[in-house]
Amino acid sequence: MSEILSVSKLNKSFGGVTVARDIDFALQAGTMHCLIGPNGAGKSSFFRLILGEHAPDSGTISFRETDITRMRSFERIRRGISVKFQVPGIFKALSVRQNLEVAFQHHLHGHNLATTVRRVLEFTNLESEVETAAGVLSHGQQQWLEIGMAVGVEPQLLLLDEPTAGMSPDETRKTGEMLHELNGRGITILAVEHDMAFVEQIATRVTVLHFGAIFAEGTIAEIIDHPGVQEIYLGTADE
Amino acid sequence: MPEVSGSFLDDTPVEQRSRAAIWLSRLEGPQTMGRGPVFWAVVVLAVLGAAIYPQFTNPFAVGNTAYFMVWTFMAMGLGVVWGYTGALSFGQTAFFGVAGYAYGILTINVGAAFGFTWVALIISVALAGLIALLIGYFMFYGRIRGVFIGIVTLSVTLVFETFMAQTAGPQWRVGDARLNGFNGMSGMPPLTIPWFGGDILLYPGIGLYYTLLAMVVLCYLGLRMLLNAPFGNVLVAIRENPERAEMLGYDIRLYQMLAFGLGGALAGLSGALYTAWGQYITPSSMGLTAAALPIVWVAVGGRRDITATLLGTLAVLYAFQTLTIYGSQYALIVMGALLVFTVLVTPDGLIATAMERIGRLFGKTRR
Repeated sequence: MSEILSVSKLNKSFGGVTVARDIDFALQAGTMHCLIGPNGAGKSSFFRLILGEHAPDSGTISFRETDITRMRSFERIRRGISVKFQVPGIFKALSVRQNLEVAFQHHLHGHNLATTVRRVLEFTNLESEVETAAGVLSHGQQQWLEIGMAVGVEPQLLLLDEPTAGMSPDETRKTGEMLHELNGRGITILAVEHDMAFVEQIATRVTVLHFGAIFAEGTIAEIIDHPGVQEIYLGTADE
Repeated sequence: MPEVSGSFLDDTPVEQRSRAAIWLSRLEGPQTMGRGPVFWAVVVLAVLGAAIYPQFTNPFAVGNTAYFMVWTFMAMGLGVVWGYTGALSFGQTAFFGVAGYAYGILTINVGAAFGFTWVALIISVALAGLIALLIGYFMFYGRIRGVFIGIVTLSVTLVFETFMAQTAGPQWRVGDARLNGFNGMSGMPPLTIPWFGGDILLYPGIGLYYTLLAMVVLCYLGLRMLLNAPFGNVLVAIRENPERAEMLGYDIRLYQMLAFGLGGALAGLSGALYTAWGQYITPSSMGLTAAALPIVWVAVGGRRDITATLLGTLAVLYAFQTLTIYGSQYALIVMGALLVFTVLVTPDGLIATAMERIGRLFGKTRR
């Protein structure tokens, strides 16, 4: 299995606060990988560094063997990275269809665009809401819409920042199924997530961040059994 | 979860429509109000009404209406920059002034023979657009956003006004064109159409009226097509959520800069036409009052729809001029009150709100 994303000696501080501390990280193509850790561990900042919203103080980020450390965000996206934000990053005043069209029109036009939009509507279960303004969808539907916007043109890597935040258990389960299907289509997934049951549902590997550094990495079983992870994040049975 | 086999992405080659058909289809779309035969019948009737209007009124009213039409280009440009892209520019008058002075300088020096006034008009508009692109480049690539765009653009127009106001004296001339400081530049020819047996001079009157009417209609239809094209969709996406738009792979600064350049060119078109209409231009056309008025026109009409912007601008200009008969300061106070009323009661604009409600009566909405 080849590395789709590799991060080497990544450092980033804001004043006295270090959000990334000598991070070395490799993401294997085709996997579903979760980032977990306590609040303030630097998970979202790590995403923002990968996306180019923050410039690192030092270190490199490579995507498909190309150094993207100094690339602007939109250039990274065009190379095959896609993202779903924690707070649904949709265009609330536009209809569901318009949201999807804006997301895909970069690559598609006319009949091809319409077909792709229809397929994504089916996938996200939003066919009945196609002309609804995105801002009035339920929270779960907004999350799915954003996932649809992120995957319609089939990126190689999908970054998900807390994809199930605010979802009901049923919506969370459906989202897990959705991610499995996307992964089955060949999309590598890297997700920040707090819900350990969801992490167990989707992740093939898990990385634990703590104070901006990688604290542990392994399979879900290895992470759950890791005493240090229990100490800093998961808690123990006695607590 | 439904099982979907195969790829989302449909990239199978299909027979695409001709470019002309695609662009014509964009006369209607998600970014503009109004669609269907009833809407277009109303548009055609309105244009026909405007076309026969000079037959039923006096020359003064015709010239006056032409004057109103001159300003609509700047308003539609501001609509693109502010309403569609979300960047409130307080300095469209700077580009108005650049093109106005450029038209004057060019035509005073070269004259009006062989239709040069139209060449001067095009050069002036291009110059205004280029300067807008340059300012837009520094603003958007410099990560200036929000209210600071308004501050920067207002500063630009006030600096330009101040500079032009101190250009009195014979040393301030470009060839034969004297800038004349606060008194402004005059003596340039009107737009001229070369014709057998002598040029047709488009002084305020029926000829200029029809020329401007044709330009307004073309500009309006062209903007409808552009705004319903992928370019317009991206502008609206940037307005709604710039971070998301960038994370879809769009270079949002480039789009913002292009929209700002387009807005500047349209303001320049108004400026050059204004100078050709009245054969004068003064620094006060770039002053604080002049800079504020387009904001009122566009806000009152409806900044997020090009039809509402156009209709609102014509209506407010008419009202403003009517009120000016009773005193210009009084008219300005009413304009301010109208802006406050709009912001508080119909933030999407009076005309846009009315159009939305009429659309609902007929069971049609934009989105």
